[in-house]
Amino acid sequence: MKHNPILRVTSKILFAPIMLYGFYVQFHGDFGPGGGFQAGVIIAAALILYGLIFGLYSLKQVAPPPVVHALMGVGVLIFGGVGVVGLVLGGEFLNYSVLLADAAKGQHWGILLVEFGVGTTVASTILGLFMAFAGFVKEAP
Amino acid sequence: MASLIINISLVGFMLVIALMILSSRRLFAVIVMSGAYSLISAAMFINLDAVDVAFTEAAVGAGFTTVLFMAAMAWLPAEEKRRETPRIFPLLICLVVGALLMWGVSYLPALGDPNAAPHQYVAPRYLAESYDKWHIPNAVTMVLASYRGFDTLGEVVVIFTGGLGVLLILTGKRRVRTDKEDES
Repeated sequence: MKHNPILRVTSKILFAPIMLYGFYVQFHGDFGPGGGFQAGVIIAAALILYGLIFGLYSLKQVAPPPVVHALMGVGVLIFGGVGVVGLVLGGEFLNYSVLLADAAKGQHWGILLVEFGVGTTVASTILGLFMAFAGFVKEAP
Repeated sequence: MASLIINISLVGFMLVIALMILSSRRLFAVIVMSGAYSLISAAMFINLDAVDVAFTEAAVGAGFTTVLFMAAMAWLPAEEKRRETPRIFPLLICLVVGALLMWGVSYLPALGDPNAAPHQYVAPRYLAESYDKWHIPNAVTMVLASYRGFDTLGEVVVIFTGGLGVLLILTGKRRVRTDKEDES
């Protein structure tokens, strides 16, 4: 669909606002509706739109599959790591109150980090699935 | 009252789309209509004040799933095969299960009823503490990420494992079929 000027221009205009909205939902999760899951799918949707219009090859240059696959695990590690840090600092597993001196601030930062882990895993998993499916279809009978 | 009218029209749209999906035999049309069905259910979630769920439904249900179905369509014939004899037994099961579900729904507490059993146990503490003690205005995020952090960690691990499984199937080395195997 790279040669259709309407699709190309529209997707280029839409890409940045979708991305920005995804990050807004990600980092505003504790103030407004949203959070890691929602942000992850929105960010992945922006990249999938790019892949649909400009082709799988261009998408793989923006988001190389090895990086995407690695990020799937990194998100889980961030989430689990925050839990372990809480454990080391003398609280229970996933107790964010002990992360900082001020318990409420600790909760804020804990939630922010954990949601970031969720968003990373969700976005990269969905993007990885899309790339795998799109690559599979290329060889369709 | 306004929300009731909106709900009725949304359910009406969903019913019409479901009937159209049933009657259509062209795969492409079915996929596009199921995307529209998801979009309308996203509107329904907004009407229920569940904006988070609406985000996910719109992005995953209407967007991502449609793209995946389109990708799967490349492997399938464009039209559904016509079936001569109507299948009675599956239809019967659908009707019975549907009737049982409707019967079960009649026992649910009213939507947003503060005296319902699930809202009596820990929910009041979460709602009270979330803003006053931790200064986090969105109680949903507070519950998901902090009070129920362990469950959310489990969910993320499930997504990770599921994605890993699909990736292993789709991107792993495939056996190349040779002519010899075709003959045997």
